Amino acid sequence: MFNTPFLDYSILSPMLIVLAGAIIGVLIEAFASRALRPLLQLSTTLGTLVLSLAQVIRIRNTSSLTAAIGSVTFDGAGAIMQGSILIIGILAILLIADQENFTPVAAALPGSEEERESLLTGHQLTEVFPLTLFAIAGMLLFPVSSDLITLFVALEMLSLPLYLMAGLSRRRRLLSQESALKYFLLGAFSSAFFLFGAAFLYGYSGTLSFAGIHEAVAGNGSNSVFLLIGIVFLSVGLLFKVGAAPFHAWTPDVYQGAPTAVTAFMAAATKVAAFGAMLRIFYTVFGGVADLWRPVMSLIAIVTMLLGSLVAIAQRDVKRMLAYSSIAHAGFLLTGVLALNKAGLDATLFYLFAYGIATLGAFAVVTLVRDSAGEVTDLNRWSGLGKRAPFVATLFAGYLLAFAGIPLTSGFIGKFSIFSAAYESGNKAVVIAGVLSSAIAAFFYIRVIVLMFFTEASDESTSVLIPSSLTRITLLVTAALTLILGVYPAPLLNFIHSLALFIR
Amino acid sequence: MSNWLTIIGLIPLVGALILATLNKSNELLAKQIALAISILTAVVTLLMALQFDRGMTDLQFVESYQWISSFGIKYALGVDGIALVLILLSVILVPIVIVAGWNEAVGGRWSVKTFYILVLVLETMMVGVFSATDVFLFYVFFEAMLIPVYFLIGGYGTGARAAAAVKFLLYSLFGGLLMLAAIIALYVISLSQGGATFDTTALSHLELSRTTENFLFLAFFIAFAIKAPLWPMHTWLPDAADSATPGTSVLLLGVLDKVGTFGMIRYCLQLFPDASKTFTPLIITLSVISIIYGAILAIGQKDIKRLIAFTSISHFGFITMGIFAMTTQGHSGATLYMVNHGFSTAALFLVAGWMTSRRGSSTIADFGGLQRVTPVMAWSFFFAGMSSLALPGLSSFVSEFLVLVGTYTRYPLAAIIATFGIVLAALYILIPVQRALHGPTTPGNESLPDLNLREKIAIAPVVAVIIFLGFYPAPALNIINPAAEHTLSVSGFSDPAPQMTGKAGH
Repeated sequence: MFNTPFLDYSILSPMLIVLAGAIIGVLIEAFASRALRPLLQLSTTLGTLVLSLAQVIRIRNTSSLTAAIGSVTFDGAGAIMQGSILIIGILAILLIADQENFTPVAAALPGSEEERESLLTGHQLTEVFPLTLFAIAGMLLFPVSSDLITLFVALEMLSLPLYLMAGLSRRRRLLSQESALKYFLLGAFSSAFFLFGAAFLYGYSGTLSFAGIHEAVAGNGSNSVFLLIGIVFLSVGLLFKVGAAPFHAWTPDVYQGAPTAVTAFMAAATKVAAFGAMLRIFYTVFGGVADLWRPVMSLIAIVTMLLGSLVAIAQRDVKRMLAYSSIAHAGFLLTGVLALNKAGLDATLFYLFAYGIATLGAFAVVTLVRDSAGEVTDLNRWSGLGKRAPFVATLFAGYLLAFAGIPLTSGFIGKFSIFSAAYESGNKAVVIAGVLSSAIAAFFYIRVIVLMFFTEASDESTSVLIPSSLTRITLLVTAALTLILGVYPAPLLNFIHSLALFIR
Repeated sequence: MSNWLTIIGLIPLVGALILATLNKSNELLAKQIALAISILTAVVTLLMALQFDRGMTDLQFVESYQWISSFGIKYALGVDGIALVLILLSVILVPIVIVAGWNEAVGGRWSVKTFYILVLVLETMMVGVFSATDVFLFYVFFEAMLIPVYFLIGGYGTGARAAAAVKFLLYSLFGGLLMLAAIIALYVISLSQGGATFDTTALSHLELSRTTENFLFLAFFIAFAIKAPLWPMHTWLPDAADSATPGTSVLLLGVLDKVGTFGMIRYCLQLFPDASKTFTPLIITLSVISIIYGAILAIGQKDIKRLIAFTSISHFGFITMGIFAMTTQGHSGATLYMVNHGFSTAALFLVAGWMTSRRGSSTIADFGGLQRVTPVMAWSFFFAGMSSLALPGLSSFVSEFLVLVGTYTRYPLAAIIATFGIVLAALYILIPVQRALHGPTTPGNESLPDLNLREKIAIAPVVAVIIFLGFYPAPALNIINPAAEHTLSVSGFSDPAPQMTGKAGH
């Protein structure tokens, strides 16, 4: 007896649209002429993402456990995550389209004759568009997966293009390629951990579906070594992706080496996808055995927050500093996951969106600060930027204040909601550590502001590009959202509150 | 018109937006607009104050709108007598500062127009912080206020201005974050006791366990004690005052630091009355230390701006002592002290600023014989000094006296020690007066110009207020007293019964 599998295309369509767009992108690479490609790719990619976003908005109120024979669970929380990823994706594509960052021919060896030629002919790298779309498709699937195999497939689907994209930098290519390799190797490691954990969970419950594991947990209780090992290793895989300590070591290197536009995309969108999946797993599958993992995860959250904030102080490179800041923020986000209540879910979703937007903006500013050899990421050479480019410097200061959680920025509302959710769940230690590390973190964000505004320029060679119109859109949208979500966050908070639910 | 407070807060903000559209090179117009806007704000505030009903102890000019409904956060404003006088103090000082420091924005890191934008934004925040009745809203103003001050110090100050600005910001942020943790705790507790709210009155009815209340009180108190600077959390103040322009210093010490003492009255006492009682001995001790320590260090200062900063630390000791004495005289005295200190510090800083900019140095030893060269300036400084040491007949005397009387009825020892602060005050004022104003004219000072008309216009209202409130403090006290009594009665304190009987004969 063979039943045709039931696929609910309307629910799968956001992902299918993006995949289709990616495939069209590959075809464009193969058949369109070089001159046509950049415009064609950009419009296809943007069109795809907007279409997919429209579809997510259209189906936001539907929920289904059976969209793809139990492998995909779509619900309000999933809709918010997918929507966030797509909005971040659209803004990131606008940055990626600014080709100044990318090597024209990725396959050319650094320093080779071929590389020089390609630079001279002014070729543009357009494969990055379909790669981004593939990554986004993976990211869309990741937080709505509801069995471990689908989850793994989504994880690989989002990771593999990112490994490649990290190596595409136009300047300092060796550093870029090294970071790509590092990301790949460590990512492969973490995937192995993830699979190992999945295998143990299968051994424990006899099934790979979230629902099945949840039932097994409810039925058999927590008295199982298999369950424990499964949770631990699965978590390692996920914690690696979000860059939580002690699995954070790749973050600064990759953030620094990757082309800045890719870093922006990676930092913002991957976090949403990975935390989305983490929320779903811990809320719907392992919620019943919270005693088993909560203490350890609390410790990880505390260590991540403190480590990220402390080490960031010592950074002299703006991209590395933002990387450590993202580690600290991963710690804050973990406190939301740990809260394990509705407030925690709402807060984490809000925080993810607000943080993603501000991160995009901050990295967009980094792409603008240049000298003749490319981007200037040495913080000392950013001194006096406020005088030369007051507008860009003010924007950057705004994003930093949002990261620091100063009132009237989105970061403050995010921090407030996430800490209050954590406090509500009774986890006071995490709240205290969070407040403490916020204080530490404020120090290095403010140091950058001092550098930009209060220090005389030490080096006149640093200049700020006039942003291209695409980059300008990203800058303006992210800045406006950062401010609006700080001053009047009620609509988004209410929207998330009414929509964000996990179904099981 | 029921939205008085919002309108008063919006006027400077709109002014800042207008300034933002101006051309950078049009400095004079920027100053004129800023001045006009700040005077308009002051006039509207005075109009509002005329409608204030002194007989009512409830909050007045109340506004309340949903802001972030999912957390129960409201945009809620309202003032009692204490808040009203502090708002009046703020909006009166801003135009004075603008007139007095007409040229102080020149030579800053950024344009003149930016300076006035920052000042006007700060004015909005000051109005907001004193009128917010929602704890969350208060916190937002409390923290957001730091940003314009930070740029005012770091961008237009002198000397190690960037370092001073950062020190100021980090100290304040640290305290603010502690308070944020406490606010989160209050919110969660309110959630478990019948609904999320940040309304100050509703929060004061929460049932808190002893330990929780103590911790929350401490978090709030430390934040406020950093702001108001109380020993040992004061170290940022002398640096900030040293680096900031005189105008910024006036706003910083005259108004911003009052947020700390205001917060103690409005939040520490009303939200955590039991914990306030528990910690009173400790806080009174710290206050007394502040009074004496600030005074002694002021005596030892060679720099006139640092000297004023340390005298303020001493004065803030008096204010905190008056608050935590928990008597009506103490409270009324402390609130009046806040106002008087605002004006006398303004006078001191403004005159010191003029002296410094003329001489090109703020070291006291560089002055000398100013009495002969620049009589008006010298007399102004002398007058400001007399007001600072609380000479009877000047406004500070009334408040200092009230604080000491209010403290004595409950903590006689503290009051007695604090009285020595007055003796020391005579020293720290008279020594610089003698060195800077009297004696032979120090070489280089012979041709210093005296105050010009603009400067005289700026200092005149300050002098007038100081004299007026010194002889006739009733208008201010009539507004303050009901609020002070009300605060104490909601927090469950009463004045100690008089212990003297008629037989003692006095």
